[in-house]
Amino acid sequence: MSIEFIYPEFEVIRDQSRCIGCRVCQRQCANEVHSYDDDLKILKSDESKCVNCQRCVSMCPTRALKIVKSDCTLRENANWQNNTIKEIYKQANSGGVLLSSMGNPNPLPVYWDRILINASQVTNPPIDPLREPMETRVFLGKKPDKIERGKDGKLKCNLSPQLELSMPVMFSAMSYGSISYNAHESLARAAKELGIFYNTGEGGLHEDFYCYGDNTIVQVASGRFGVHEDYLKAGKGIEIKMGQGAKPGIGGHLPGTKIVGDVSRTRMIPEGSDAISPAPHHDIYSIEDLRQLVFSLKEATEYKKPVIVKVAAVHNIAAIASGIARSGADIIAIDGFRGGTGAAPTRIRDNVGIPIELALASVDQRLRDEGIRNNVSLVVGGSIRSASDVVKAIALGADACYIATAAVLAMGCHLCRTCQSGKCNWGIATQRPDLVKRLNPEIGSKRLVNLMNAWRHEIKELMGGMGINSIEALKGNRLMLRGVGLNDRELKILGISHAGE
Amino acid sequence: MQLEGQVRIPSGCAIAAAISRDGKTMTGEKIMNAMKPMHDRSNGLGGGFAAYGIYPEYRDLYAFHFFFKDRASRKDCEVFLKEYFEIVKSEIIPTRKIPEITDEPIIWRYFVAPLKSMVSSAQVDENEFVARMVMRVNIEVSGAYLFSSGKNMGTFKAVGFPEDVGRFYRLDEYEGYSWTAHGRYPTNTPGWWGGAHPFTLLDYSIVHNGEISSYDANRRFIEMFGYKCTLQTDTEVITYIMDYLIRRQGLTMNEASSVIAAPFWSTIENKTDTEDKEKHIYLRTMFPNLLVTGPFSIVFGFRGGLMALNDRLKLRSMVVGEHDDMVYIASEEAAIRVMDNNVKNIWAPSGGEPVIVKVREGVNI
Repeated sequence: MSIEFIYPEFEVIRDQSRCIGCRVCQRQCANEVHSYDDDLKILKSDESKCVNCQRCVSMCPTRALKIVKSDCTLRENANWQNNTIKEIYKQANSGGVLLSSMGNPNPLPVYWDRILINASQVTNPPIDPLREPMETRVFLGKKPDKIERGKDGKLKCNLSPQLELSMPVMFSAMSYGSISYNAHESLARAAKELGIFYNTGEGGLHEDFYCYGDNTIVQVASGRFGVHEDYLKAGKGIEIKMGQGAKPGIGGHLPGTKIVGDVSRTRMIPEGSDAISPAPHHDIYSIEDLRQLVFSLKEATEYKKPVIVKVAAVHNIAAIASGIARSGADIIAIDGFRGGTGAAPTRIRDNVGIPIELALASVDQRLRDEGIRNNVSLVVGGSIRSASDVVKAIALGADACYIATAAVLAMGCHLCRTCQSGKCNWGIATQRPDLVKRLNPEIGSKRLVNLMNAWRHEIKELMGGMGINSIEALKGNRLMLRGVGLNDRELKILGISHAGE
Repeated sequence: MQLEGQVRIPSGCAIAAAISRDGKTMTGEKIMNAMKPMHDRSNGLGGGFAAYGIYPEYRDLYAFHFFFKDRASRKDCEVFLKEYFEIVKSEIIPTRKIPEITDEPIIWRYFVAPLKSMVSSAQVDENEFVARMVMRVNIEVSGAYLFSSGKNMGTFKAVGFPEDVGRFYRLDEYEGYSWTAHGRYPTNTPGWWGGAHPFTLLDYSIVHNGEISSYDANRRFIEMFGYKCTLQTDTEVITYIMDYLIRRQGLTMNEASSVIAAPFWSTIENKTDTEDKEKHIYLRTMFPNLLVTGPFSIVFGFRGGLMALNDRLKLRSMVVGEHDDMVYIASEEAAIRVMDNNVKNIWAPSGGEPVIVKVREGVNI
């Protein structure tokens, strides 16, 4: 070996006494870790190619395999940790920007885990969701300032278009291209069955999925890939993507190798050409430009679709949100710094942006202080991991949550964080037909429905415990939250008291 | 220890109300007696009454009832008031010294008319002007608490059992066509008279029994519209919600009930009357943040009427009875029977079903 050598991160442990030589592992691994030695009649592994996606482990019929972290490490150093040093080696080898996938894995504070939820005792009763109705339906969109009455004195419906969700969770944007046809189909079918929405991301909408339009949000991002009139009209809402939590200030790059067949057609770009989304929208350099795009899209769709503006949670997010709330947008989606991605520069992913909990708390409070909270609904994403995260987000002031990492996990993702390779063994972040077919949309959608139903039950249990029987009464109800182990400044920003207060 | 307003204090309660649909007046004695059989629903830490029709000679003036910490705060407050109002009459509210009620603050009332020039420069109507001034006085004038601000009505409250509070304020000497009463069971010692109920704003008063679970969702929403929840009580926030929906948005009382105690979506979907169905869908979509959950039974008093309402699951007891022109509402039937032993048609309204009683048209109230 040489100066360029970096010891593999994982070891493949094969229990030879269990291995029956069926070679499933070999067939299943797109990274070509496993090989068969015809002479010795045994399976061998090249662990340098292993990404620890657990595909072989899951498929091995005799549980003969496990992947463990290699214990061959550099000398311990609290400042120059193993990863830090290896990244330097990689960059010294290649001269390139480091790429990563999925959300920030570093041990930065997770505020959800420092927030606790209330329950009723004595002075008011908890409500049993098995015995009493418990409502999770929400409507997203602008609410008018005043009611109106017709000449007959009856109330007139003066609401602008709203998105109706059976529960306050939606699948957030993942483009066709970054994820597979089957992954998109799974999301679309699940959204329809659940009465929620999935989001096309910026790759356009495959013609086969127009039938799920009533449960689709179509995205318009800086590359404008796949955007045309029918596309805008196909969904129930339109999302302008200004930024993404995993890579604020950065555009996107889907390599030409993934722009094949239907992906090319759906994106409306030639096969094999790189799909590069610029960092800014080149028609939006300022807030007043955003307003023009919002209304251009509304004009194009005859004011029948609510417009979402999605931004990454950055330092000045409260002021930015206040500007968006006055831009004509109906919904603001904020993506926190732990949000996932198919590929992002590692330094950006790990160092840019702020936690969604703090961004949400300050935006909700700012919009209320300015009396414009009713102008928009707030949707938050960027690592919503469970039903309790949803409940905490709603109580901090969100109208609904976006989930993507949790959704791909439900479809089989094992969070190996190598989506950028395009060799997803679970058939999600890949366009290789042999890999794509591993994800059965029937099963994928069923698992997504299961996950959401499970969360819905849990949300109801948590609400019932607090004596709340409708999600509206939880929204912004910060008295139901207490912080634990947080300092005064953090509590002030979150607008909650400390446990025991 | 923190005072009411600095901390949120949940409490249980007793409520009662009586109204004559003919607008006939009665003294406060009847409603004071109604609170006696419900003695154990209070714990002596708060009682109060709202009475409508008690100041007919000043019916066009706002009657401001104040608690003052000391003489200096009263003087400060009068300076403040004189900038915006003409004070037509200023007097101490007469009380009776009884051993059960102690540590009273200075209790004062003013009959005032807002200065026309001030109202027009604020570019709002007279009621909105007065409502804003009520918020301002309570935030800006230290040691002063304005707890009653309607016309031809007044609130009387104190730390003590309600029946004692009534005697203290000599309510047997007042005559009104509509009365509400409240006995409080707070879960700690507020020690402050302002924390007792009813809570009022302009002509609206609320007595409430319950602990709502939607409190902070409601509070943080309503505070966007200039209301300031200084007491952190359910009663206060519900009063502001009713004021916002009825006076500022122009909803009817029935519509407002459908906002705060909205029917379940499943109930709405099963409605066969399309117009009614659409109305409810609209109201829940338009005002989701004003849905009130958790147990409550309230009596909402207004000029010329009362409205009783329970939370949509009916988690608190409340019964209604009628006899000729009289309508009675109380937490317990016993309280109604004390007011009128020959009461007829006693029933328990179901959750979310408002009972609205109005004095007949044509009666001068």
